[in-house]
Amino acid sequence: MDIVIKNLTKLYGAQRAVDNLSFEVKTGEILGFLGPNGAGKTTTMKTIAGYIKPTEGTIRVGRYNVETDADKVKQVIGYLPEHNPLYSDMYVVDYLRYMAQLQLLRADKINDRIYEMVNVCGLEGEKHKRISELSKGYRQRVGLAQALIHDPQVLILDEPTTGLDPNQIIEIRQLIRKIGHEKTIILSSHILAEVEATCDRILIINKGRIVADGTSDQLRKASSGCECVKITVENADRNDVVRVMQNIDTVELIDTMKDNPDSFEIQSKEGESSRRAIFNACVENGWVLTEMTPIETKLEDVFRELTK
Amino acid sequence: MKLVWIIARQELRMQFDSLMAYILLVLFLGFSGIFTWLYGSDIFIYGQASLQVFFSIAYITLFLLIPALTMKSVAEEMRTGTIEMLLTKPVSCWQVLLGKYLSIILLIVFALLLTLPYYISVASLGNVDHGAVICGYLGLLFMSSAYIGIGLFASSLTNNQIISFLLAFAISIFFHIIFGIIGHQFGGIVGQMAIGLDMDSHFESIARGVIDTKDIIYFASLTFAGLFLAERSLASKIA
Repeated sequence: MDIVIKNLTKLYGAQRAVDNLSFEVKTGEILGFLGPNGAGKTTTMKTIAGYIKPTEGTIRVGRYNVETDADKVKQVIGYLPEHNPLYSDMYVVDYLRYMAQLQLLRADKINDRIYEMVNVCGLEGEKHKRISELSKGYRQRVGLAQALIHDPQVLILDEPTTGLDPNQIIEIRQLIRKIGHEKTIILSSHILAEVEATCDRILIINKGRIVADGTSDQLRKASSGCECVKITVENADRNDVVRVMQNIDTVELIDTMKDNPDSFEIQSKEGESSRRAIFNACVENGWVLTEMTPIETKLEDVFRELTK
Repeated sequence: MKLVWIIARQELRMQFDSLMAYILLVLFLGFSGIFTWLYGSDIFIYGQASLQVFFSIAYITLFLLIPALTMKSVAEEMRTGTIEMLLTKPVSCWQVLLGKYLSIILLIVFALLLTLPYYISVASLGNVDHGAVICGYLGLLFMSSAYIGIGLFASSLTNNQIISFLLAFAISIFFHIIFGIIGHQFGGIVGQMAIGLDMDSHFESIARGVIDTKDIIYFASLTFAGLFLAERSLASKIA
């Protein structure tokens, strides 16, 4: 089931939480939603889940419009809200049963589904505990279990891995990857590595607007634009190296590095590559090239640049 | 309708799990029992086989206890954020409120059923006017329903249970006492309107065994107004 969002705007008083946002998520795609705090991620997700109403714009999930077919949409969406609110007095199994009943699951299927969710989310040992006795990681799993209980085709997960330890984060990621094959998933996070590891596509928003949209590779390329390499040469005079490298046509600029006098950072002109020329220049001058590493732009840098 | 019932059942379970229901049942039965049978102007002082004494005691007890039952219902869901879980299921604000209303009214029905021994005892002491007893119970249910409506509205206004309790109490006391006082102090239109709004007069006439459409409309519209305002308030909070 695909999701189409057109010109979504949400005003809180005079403040524009979401500003004319349009994007699509294809069936089976895992979309990572990135942005600094207050960028409008949560607002957008709440609107898709049908909890709050958009000021303007439309959201379509599959064939259904979120505003006019609200109940249908809510039945195909599994939603894990930010902060994962739970009834802390309830037992895990009772809670999952209540959520399943509210999704109007058939009574004879409910027990099977609960059993399955307990297994999938690793709640075997805690299923007869009260939710208030659970640690943050297990509470998060309960939240995920209730989002999945009716086998929804669309999953909206608002920061699903907050409060988990590294092992749990990896487990949850694998779980999301596993179920993501058949489902359409939107997940938000401010951990960039996580989004990179789990998502097919990344959407960065800032101040309610989209600032970047693409795979992590595309985003990196789009933001750096030109090739950048680090080289280390032995047996050479620093000044000679700088002079020779500057004479190469495709080199934009060369920087010496403070920590190691033999290392240099060379940036090529846009769309050009100078790795061959650098190698040849070293051979011609009899320098020993001991290192040549491409410097990749990190997603962190992309993020910082776009959301400044 | 199925969803309303699912929510109501869950609410009832939570009330019994958290001891809230037991405490209120004990308070209600203890209070009304003592003043009906043992102390003050009890049944033996009246010397009549009638439950009038019980009805007027229960009338006050329920007025005091219902805000305690309703205070948590919406306020707590909003404080913890669980309302978001509910409303992102195929559930509407109305269904949530009706479910909560139903659970509390069922608890009241249960409490009133537990007072049936009073009725049986009195019936074995003398000739009871069965019609009046049934009407008395109905009157108690009607007034509870109205106060639950008011309580749910108060609960939807705030995230704080104590404020919600005090608000419900403040609104209810107008219908319970203040409109009556105004009505008797002032004449003319103001006085008549106040008397019309006063719950006492409507309850009295039902408890005496006369079920008038005027009274039914009064209680039904109070209940509905409470639920309607609660729905509006809840919907505006999440918009």
